[in-house]
Amino acid sequence: MEVSFKVNGSAVKAQVEPRTTLSLCLRDNLRLTGTHVGCEHGVCGACTVIVDGEAVRSCLMLAVQVEGCAITTVEGLADGDALSPLQVAFRRHNALQCGFCTPGMLTTAHALLTDEPHASADRIREVLSGNLCRCTGYVSIVEAVLDARAAYGGPAGVGTSGHASTSTSASASASAAAPASTAGAGR
Amino acid sequence: MTARLTDILPESAETAADGPYIGRSVQRVEDLRLLRGCGRYADDVMLPGMLHAAMLRSSVAHARLRSIDVTAARAMPGVHAVITATEIAGAPGQAVPTVPLRLQPLPCMEAYRQPVIVQDRIRHVGEVLAIVIADTLALAEDAMEAIELDLEQLPAVADWKTSAADETLLFDGTTTNRGVTFTAKRGDAVAAFAAAAHIQREYFTVQRQAPVTMEARGVVADWDGTNGRLVVYGAAKVPFFNRHTSAQMLGMPDSAVDFIEGDTGGSFGARGEFYVEDFLVPFAARHIGRPVKWISDRREDLMTMAQSRECEAEVEMAFAADGTILGVRGTAWCDLGAYPRTNGLIQPRNIPHFLTNTYRIEAVHVDSHVQFTNKGPAGTYRAPGRAETALFCERLIELGAKAMGLDAVELRRRNLVTSADMPWHFATLTPSFPESTGLSEADSGDYRTTFERCLSEFDWNGKLALQGKLVDGRHHGIGVACFIEGGAAGPRENAKIELARDGSITLYVGSTSVGQGLETSLGQIAADALGIPMSALTLLHGSTTYLHEGFGSYHSRSTVMGGSAIIDAAGKFKQALREAAATYLECLPEQVTIAGTEAKSPRGRSIGFAELAKNETILVDGTFANHHHTWAYGAAAAHVAVDARTGDVSLLDYVVVEDVGRAINPLLLRGQLLGGTVQGLGGAFLEEMIYDGEGQMITGTLADYLVPTATDFPHLRAVITEEYPSPINPIGAKGAGEGGTIVAPAVIVNAIANALAEYGVNPVSLPLSPSKLWHMIDDARRAAR
Repeated sequence: MEVSFKVNGSAVKAQVEPRTTLSLCLRDNLRLTGTHVGCEHGVCGACTVIVDGEAVRSCLMLAVQVEGCAITTVEGLADGDALSPLQVAFRRHNALQCGFCTPGMLTTAHALLTDEPHASADRIREVLSGNLCRCTGYVSIVEAVLDARAAYGGPAGVGTSGHASTSTSASASASAAAPASTAGAGR
Repeated sequence: MTARLTDILPESAETAADGPYIGRSVQRVEDLRLLRGCGRYADDVMLPGMLHAAMLRSSVAHARLRSIDVTAARAMPGVHAVITATEIAGAPGQAVPTVPLRLQPLPCMEAYRQPVIVQDRIRHVGEVLAIVIADTLALAEDAMEAIELDLEQLPAVADWKTSAADETLLFDGTTTNRGVTFTAKRGDAVAAFAAAAHIQREYFTVQRQAPVTMEARGVVADWDGTNGRLVVYGAAKVPFFNRHTSAQMLGMPDSAVDFIEGDTGGSFGARGEFYVEDFLVPFAARHIGRPVKWISDRREDLMTMAQSRECEAEVEMAFAADGTILGVRGTAWCDLGAYPRTNGLIQPRNIPHFLTNTYRIEAVHVDSHVQFTNKGPAGTYRAPGRAETALFCERLIELGAKAMGLDAVELRRRNLVTSADMPWHFATLTPSFPESTGLSEADSGDYRTTFERCLSEFDWNGKLALQGKLVDGRHHGIGVACFIEGGAAGPRENAKIELARDGSITLYVGSTSVGQGLETSLGQIAADALGIPMSALTLLHGSTTYLHEGFGSYHSRSTVMGGSAIIDAAGKFKQALREAAATYLECLPEQVTIAGTEAKSPRGRSIGFAELAKNETILVDGTFANHHHTWAYGAAAAHVAVDARTGDVSLLDYVVVEDVGRAINPLLLRGQLLGGTVQGLGGAFLEEMIYDGEGQMITGTLADYLVPTATDFPHLRAVITEEYPSPINPIGAKGAGEGGTIVAPAVIVNAIANALAEYGVNPVSLPLSPSKLWHMIDDARRAAR
């Protein structure tokens, strides 16, 4: 079957079998390998893409279902070589290690902040709880998303410096998520 | 992977070259490709003419394979080959290769080695019976359904007690399912227990866990029939060992096989070890003369990736009346599943060796039995044996203090190893290996300092007022525990630095990236050692094409070992540069100074590397050998609130403090500590690989095997200190990737026990799921009636 849709602003066509998932279509037919497949049963969220503004699991959607839709994948978030503010925040906060869950985290967070630029730390955690990360412990991811809110019209800052400090002095604590709960007061 | 460190964006602080890179939170080089979706993981490798492999895996745990009929499958559309043990063995009566032990290769393990494919006997659910190669994965899976098996089911050995009974032997030619017993001894345990004022004894149970790397394993093999060469993508952790093993099994020289490291979606000690697919997929590619890709799905991943931690242990601790710990002794039974594979012995080996944790305990006698069963094969998972022993030791201390009417914090203070005790010797382990002898001595540190720091960061004294209190329907408790983590395993690591004709400087290192930010931290070390900006370097690591020998990333070793090898290479590189530049600068080599990317003479003449490179290429090798380990250490404290009506636990505050000697990049280190902590908390609360009495895997999806999500543990803090640099490497750094994972279960059980003190709940069995905790509370209530 032929399916036509838009990916990251460009019109594309793909020949797929009815059983082909959207994730497989993006990766194999269109060679957009930034979308990762982590579980193929909709639990891990690594394959999340944005379809007509909604964050969806591309492993649970068939390619034929996106006929005429507009899709944003992780490859479509950056402006050429320049990282988006959300990506910059992820880097600043070390919100990724192995990077495998990252495309899904970015697309999920981008869809969230586009709709809810004032999302609180709790709201961010709630939405991101559908995306598994095994490396970071999520603390830095939540900090990065809080930090990126300003670029979507939300409040500035994360409510904490959020950075590790290394020292033998008594004040040098790499304080993490606890203060984030107050940063979400803007919602 | 290649990292062009020139990719560093101007917005990040590191481009301003003010002082050394080491110690600065340099933003990661890796992120620029990973954030854009431009990483290259195993499944991203797509080769012309590539076919897809599906593995037919056993759905039963224990059976004899009478016959396998693949005729119908071979006739299915799009199928190119179906490979079974017959094709791999080559000739009748020939045995298929078996997986060698990479670590602790005890001769007594020979009979227990894992065959690369089932030849006559199935020993666990998920064991490979056949490989189907087809045009697409879907067609390969369709054909898999057409394979006919004739099995003779055998009784499953699904737990260590059945295994130890030896009524059903799992391996022909053996007389027991007990592979080996490790024993750790120090001092006179009998005398210590005879002299004790109090003996605390407990029976602990730790559940089977799965590493769950977000990227499942994958292998892509490309056979070049014209030149008789194989290129294998998807390597991680230990590419050189895996290349050698695969080449041996294929009957090829190492030099004809290359293992290529791409981006790696996590390892946690498990991904990147040699698995049977690291042979089967290259074999298949050579067999049919086409590139072959195999990507594990999540169910395959859960059933075949190294599982770890499952053990039971009866342990006792002897105390003097003043709270001095006189000795520990006990027995552990470790359920290794079907095979030891490459490193399954590490957990049972570590349990007796590290049961003393951070404490000055003079008398030790601990046995640890390796039991094989019909479950998924074991291997290392972040903090192997360490998370278990920290739990045993810290729980016994808490219980012992309570029984003796002593304060557990004071009791720890009395017994913690201090700088005056260094170098502290651990117990002696048998059987052991020459390369392991260095394990028995801690390099430097003061375990009381981090303990006190943890208490103050946590505000222990302030929070004590809440200990055991019921507030708004929740029981509050605080707990504390200590940990040590070994790192920097030998024997050595290698690096190479090259000044090419175009003036570029390229650094090659045997360390591998498993997602930890290696390119950035090693780039920092290299830039400092060479005295040049990070942006002037290109770093290549991991793949077997770069060096004659490499060891990789395990045992929290890559930064320390790879970094130290880089420092050795950098010294030689600078000397070679001086010698080359001296000719042009008309001075003596020792008069040449190197600044930025220029060599200068005392009289102010200078020559840039690029100019120098037009006539001189420089290539130097560096190595760092190490027979001792580094020992980072620390403590963690937790504040929990337990709802006795539901067994639900909220983690209200959590502080982990670790002294790492020297932090290369605090931003990345914090990520290791917090990420490791959450993995440890997953093991404490959620994660459990469940097998039924038939050896059937019950937890086959991520909806059944629960790993922590973003809402589970929001309140975490990490503190990094650098009080005691390691004396055994030039950086002073100590491997620090596992501490957070080691200590978490120990802290949590103590905090929960303190919260539920009024019920007398004593959690000594993991995981502490809400239902399990509720039952413990309910049992305690009934008993009190």
